[in-house]
Formats: sequence, C-alpha cells, structure tokens
Amino acid sequence: MTVAIVKYNAGNIYSVDYALKRLGIDPLITADKEILQKADKVIFPGQGEATQTMQYLKVHRLDELIVGCKQPVLGICIGMQLLCRFSEEGNVDCLGVFDTPVLKFHPQKQENKIPHIGWNNLTNLKSDLYKGIPDGTFTYFVHSYYVPVNEHTIAETDYILNFSASMHKDNFYATQFHPEKSGSAGELILKNFLNL
Amino acid sequence: MLAKRIIPCLDVKDGTTVKGINFINFRDAGDPVELGRQYSEQGADELVYLDITASHEGRKTFLDLVRRVAANINIPFTVGGGINELKDVDALLNAGADKVSVNSAAIRKPELIDEIAKNFGAQVCVVAIDAKPNLIEGTFEWICYLNGGRISTGKNLFDWAKEAENRGAGEILFTSMEHDGVKNGYANEALRTLSLSLGIPIIASGGAGAKEHFRDTFVEGKSDAALAASVFHFGEIEISELKAYLTAEGVVVRKTKM
Repeated sequence: MTVAIVKYNAGNIYSVDYALKRLGIDPLITADKEILQKADKVIFPGQGEATQTMQYLKVHRLDELIVGCKQPVLGICIGMQLLCRFSEEGNVDCLGVFDTPVLKFHPQKQENKIPHIGWNNLTNLKSDLYKGIPDGTFTYFVHSYYVPVNEHTIAETDYILNFSASMHKDNFYATQFHPEKSGSAGELILKNFLNL
Repeated sequence: MLAKRIIPCLDVKDGTTVKGINFINFRDAGDPVELGRQYSEQGADELVYLDITASHEGRKTFLDLVRRVAANINIPFTVGGGINELKDVDALLNAGADKVSVNSAAIRKPELIDEIAKNFGAQVCVVAIDAKPNLIEGTFEWICYLNGGRISTGKNLFDWAKEAENRGAGEILFTSMEHDGVKNGYANEALRTLSLSLGIPIIASGGAGAKEHFRDTFVEGKSDAALAASVFHFGEIEISELKAYLTAEGVVVRKTKM
C-alpha cells in the first residue's frame, strides 16, 4: 500500500511520517501531482495558520488536487479545517469539501484557556475510523478554532461547547485531534484509516 | 472534558537525563529516549526535554536526540534549552518536536515570542519562566531569573507572563526556584494568580514530592498541567498510580487503558 502525505507549508508533517513508520508503513511526503493521485491513501496533516496555508495550496495548485482525490483522504488538525468551506482565522475561503465554517473559540469562563491544548474525550463515535475505539477515549488536541457539529460529524468533543472532533463525507475523513500524537488510541485510528 | 496533564521533565546533559537539586548537584537518571518511552507507556500525557546546559554554555540543542524521541514516542513533547533565534526553533520542529520552550532568550529578546507565534503558531511556543520572591521595600515580589537561576532580571513574574501571552505564547511553564527540588509541593498561590490572570494554559513546575502535591496544584493552583522530574525518575511516584489517585480525588485525567 502506498500512503502519500501532502507536503506543504504547515508544521508537524514529520510526526505523521514517524507515526506511520511505527505502524510499518513508509509514506511518501510529496507535493507531486502524479504520486498523490496514484497513492492508495492520502494524508493531509499539519499545524499552521489558515490564510498562509491556503495561499500556499493555491499557488502550488494543491487545492484542486486535494479536492479531486478519489481515494481515502485524512485531514488532520489544520488539514481538517482547510477541508471546510471557510475559516474565521484570517476570514479565508477554504477547500469546501465539508460545507461548514471554521469558527474561533470564545471563552465563556475564566478556565476556558485558548488554545485548547491537551487530551480530551471523543463521544458520539460514528464511523469505521473508530472501530475498536470506545466512547470517551482521550485524544490529543491543539487548536484555537473549531468546526461546529454538523451533518458530517462522526465524533464530538466538549470544550466550551460541543464541536466536531472528526468528520466524514464520501472519501474524505478528518480529525481535529492529532492521531499521530494520541498514544495507542491514535495508532488504532490511523490503522483503521489505512484499512478503509 | 479536557484532562489535567502530567508531564515528566527530562533534563538532558551530554545525552543523559539528570535532575538538579535546586539546580545544582546532578544525579544520573538514565537514557532520555528509553525513559520517555517508559513514561509514555505508564500514562504520561506529554514529555519535556530540556537541554539544561545549553543556555549557560551557549551550546546548540540536541537535534539527534529530538529525532530519536520523535521516531519512538507517540505522545507530544516539548524541547527547550539553547533556543536563541527562529532558526533554532525551525530546526527543532523539523526534527519532530511538537513545541519549543523558550526562557532566557525570550527575556533578552521578547520579540522572539512574536516571531515564533507568527511563523509556527502560538501553540508551539511555550514560555518558561524561573522566578523567586525577592524582598523589595518590605514586601515580597516574584522576580524572574535567567540562565537556570543565575541572573536576576528585575522583571516581575506576573507582568512578564502577561507580556509573553500578549506576544503570542501558547503556554506558560512556571518554575518556582525555591520550590524546585525541595519536594514540598508547588507554588500554588503564585500559580493560581497566574492562571486567573492569563487566558492561556499554565504548567506548574518545581516542588512535586507526593501525589497530593499534584492534586493541590490542579485544585488550589488552578494549573492546567503539572511537570515533575525526580519523583518519576527515581520511581518515587508511578504515573499510572498517580492518575488513579487523581481520578479518585475528582481530578479529570486521561485514562490510558481503552
């Protein structure tokens, strides 16, 4: 199986590479159109800022390429947010696979620290991506913007409000949390994605 | 619900883990990668690797170790020590670190925080602060120190932490120098003031000696995470037992068994 990781101007791409290697997969980190199109699985990971990453994707024509993927695609963190319609982070139009906005967290109480950093539970799990993952499992989050719960939501997390921890539509999957940093639970989620 | 985090800190010198008692007299506590992997298996939520001699001797950080940690460990980790400019941060993040911790360099050149946040995001920028109370005109004031506690800066802890937040810090890692290594509990009063005055997470450091100290810093100190070193390195507290204790005490921590 070939797994391609989209190479672009976001951080933390290499931690996905390391995580897949621990699962015995040697992924290709690439922005090459042909390799990405031919891969069995595509991972669109990263940490970063929406405006700058969107601009990079457009300049390098990766935007059309990602949206046109037919194989299973997994967007992680900023990857998930970029797959949405629009982000309040810089008020930028994104890829539009998931017809939902990305909104900024607004603290309601003093203890609502932003960014949302750390381990939080997944609830309302709904997809094969979460096969073998019990409701309430903790995964690792780092973000200041969130996707509201919507028709594509397949896992929810509560921080300030209930938001989309994960989404699925057609061949596109996405997680707000970092499976590559979420211990053995994260490894199982990555394995489930590879087995789709 | 967001869990309170337990973070073992591995101070590294010449490729080996060490822990200072009040910043001097190091004792050896093992291989950093192996130790980190064991902590991760026991239920540690994050790891911190500090190149402790770096800022003092001007040494560059330990990229090879960072690569090995990233390859072997499946939880987030922060690296610090010897970060002076943006290219140090870039190299560490490229080697696989999730976050960087800046201390002396940020005090000397506060714009470094803005630069890290702007280029890599606030979430990677942990600002570490070492402080202790100084008697100034009859009252105690928390003052920040540089280079592992050797040089006083005259900066007030709470003012500097607020400035760091405003410049784009994602978290504050506060070490009370007087509590560090003494194992009598964290500086919860100062931590509480920090936590209530800032909108970013606070990591407590310095003073862990018993399980109750972790509960106290989460409950009384309002800390978001607690860092400790020697109690873990020398097996005085086992992380899974600590988490079972905290759960029983009503503190939300991550359960690692699925």
